[in-house]
Amino acid sequence: MRPPYELVGARPDPAFEISVDGRPVPVVPGQSVGAALHAAGVRSWRSTRFGGRPRGLFCGIGVCFDCLVTVNDVPALRACVTEARPGDRVRTSAADSGTAAARAGAGKDTAGKSVAGAGRPGAAGKEPGGESGGDDEGVNGR
Amino acid sequence: MTRVYDLAVIGAGPAGVAGALEASLAGLDVVVIDAAPRPGGQYHRHLPGSFHALRPGALHHGLERFMRQWEALRSRAEILLGHRVWAVERTGGDAAGGTAGAAMGAAAGAGDTADAGDTVDGTVGATTDATVTVRCLAGDREERPRAVRARALLIATGAHDRPLPFPGWDLPGVLTAGGAQALLKGSLVVAGRRVVVSGTGPFLLPVAAGLARAGADVRGVYEAGGRFGLARHPLLAAGKAAEAAGYAAVLARHRVPYRGRHAVVAAHGEDALTHVTVARLDADWRPVATRTVACDTLACGYGFVPQLELPVQLGCATRRDADGTPVVAVDAGRRTSVPGVYAAGETTGVGGAELAEAEGRLAGRAVAADRGRRVPPLPALARRVDRLTAFARALHEAYPVRPGWRDWLRDDTLVCRCEEVPLSAVREARRLGATDARSVKLLARPGMGWCQGRMCGYAVACLAGEDPAAPRRPIAQPVRLGDLAGLEHPPSEG
Repeated sequence: MRPPYELVGARPDPAFEISVDGRPVPVVPGQSVGAALHAAGVRSWRSTRFGGRPRGLFCGIGVCFDCLVTVNDVPALRACVTEARPGDRVRTSAADSGTAAARAGAGKDTAGKSVAGAGRPGAAGKEPGGESGGDDEGVNGR
Repeated sequence: MTRVYDLAVIGAGPAGVAGALEASLAGLDVVVIDAAPRPGGQYHRHLPGSFHALRPGALHHGLERFMRQWEALRSRAEILLGHRVWAVERTGGDAAGGTAGAAMGAAAGAGDTADAGDTVDGTVGATTDATVTVRCLAGDREERPRAVRARALLIATGAHDRPLPFPGWDLPGVLTAGGAQALLKGSLVVAGRRVVVSGTGPFLLPVAAGLARAGADVRGVYEAGGRFGLARHPLLAAGKAAEAAGYAAVLARHRVPYRGRHAVVAAHGEDALTHVTVARLDADWRPVATRTVACDTLACGYGFVPQLELPVQLGCATRRDADGTPVVAVDAGRRTSVPGVYAAGETTGVGGAELAEAEGRLAGRAVAADRGRRVPPLPALARRVDRLTAFARALHEAYPVRPGWRDWLRDDTLVCRCEEVPLSAVREARRLGATDARSVKLLARPGMGWCQGRMCGYAVACLAGEDPAAPRRPIAQPVRLGDLAGLEHPPSEG
């Protein structure tokens, strides 16, 4: 048994799998999507809008939004605070685009921008074509 | 008709749970709200039941005590876990207004009244017929809106890590110290195989010790501020000797080097971290000599930022803590400047879990007394808060962030991770005439992205030459536009 499990005397429930870009990743029930990915050696699952830089966990507690991920076609979930569920389909490498901005925007600026559909040029160029439907869905509030 | 609680507590960490328990024991009808699926906040983050841990306290100081309080609270109060609070509004009484618009107006104006003073007069009207509406989103994916109403509010929203930027700090594998700790405490995931811990403050010790015990090869702990070696660590001199000695013993047993006045000043790698540059620092934290340490993970943190969105929304006065950080100003009963609104824990000054718990108890008792319950005085509790507050102040003074960290940055170093704003753009904004953080933000966009400046706000303020301001974020948590648009017809409870 691995050291941290010995440390606390953990005997976890049987692991289940989620699919990450079609690849199975094991999850101990109760773990977040981000924790499961990090534990499986997946350190990044998003590219930034401008520099295309890889990003994964940073703050780990839901504050920095670096770990945004698409789960079951729901975009822009914070992997670190989203508990994994059996059968989840995680899609990585999605550019952080207008899709992400539309879903929320922690402030008036971002929200206003997404309503107007006025993403910055760099973002539009990187945005995968199929994402716009999800964009509207997010704006209209599910 | 919506139920109106006597007290709503936001945050189920040490302060919130202790406050809620005191208030409910005094007979108040209490609701506790927290975004996480389990109580504990950051400090008492713990494993889900599905791990069946026999010794869950092995990773924590004081977890058993906290869980006893939680169990006592659960049968006495309404508990809403997995509820993210994105706005609070105050209506009736002498409140300014009842709409979200008014709440936003108050937030915008709050900055002008910040730093009103070090203490709030204890005679500030504590009883009020106003009610507070707490707007939440329930669930981590579905996000069902829910509104909770109460006659009093205790804000115990805690703090998050305060990172400093340096070249490569956005590489995968670089985590905040709190993030590494959260992976271990909450998921039993060891952040990496070969780990370096860097930053400043006593928090680095439990993070490094926890990682070493959990099997990580901790390549070093680099404390930028420590002009003391581990043997003369301030924790040892401040009544926490046993705790500090425990961490020191763990680090010694695992042969983890601890270096004062050293820091990681650059992280390297193509798509993920492969090594870091560690520098010996002068008294102002300017690098004087460097070397390279191979690692796959870096855990770093330079103190904490209290989460003040909600008190600022309500117009609560703030003050500067010992290190210049804005915190909520409160009186001895943890009453803020806004009647019926109380604050405890890190929001009123970063001081650790023990202090937070004691402050929470004071707050819960004050709420009960202010609402007409008989609460006998407890001078020992007030003395305990005074003693722990003095200790916290000493730690702030022992671990200041020194200005030389600016020398770690290069022109192309990202200051803002979200908007990918490099140092050169911040400098350009200053050349264009920006003399404060707000103008820098408007010109160069640092702090305008997803995290709304939570990660870079401190650094941007320092680079603009000022102390960080209290955050003005009319929306405390990301919220779907549809939920915002629906505000004129507030969602019914449930």
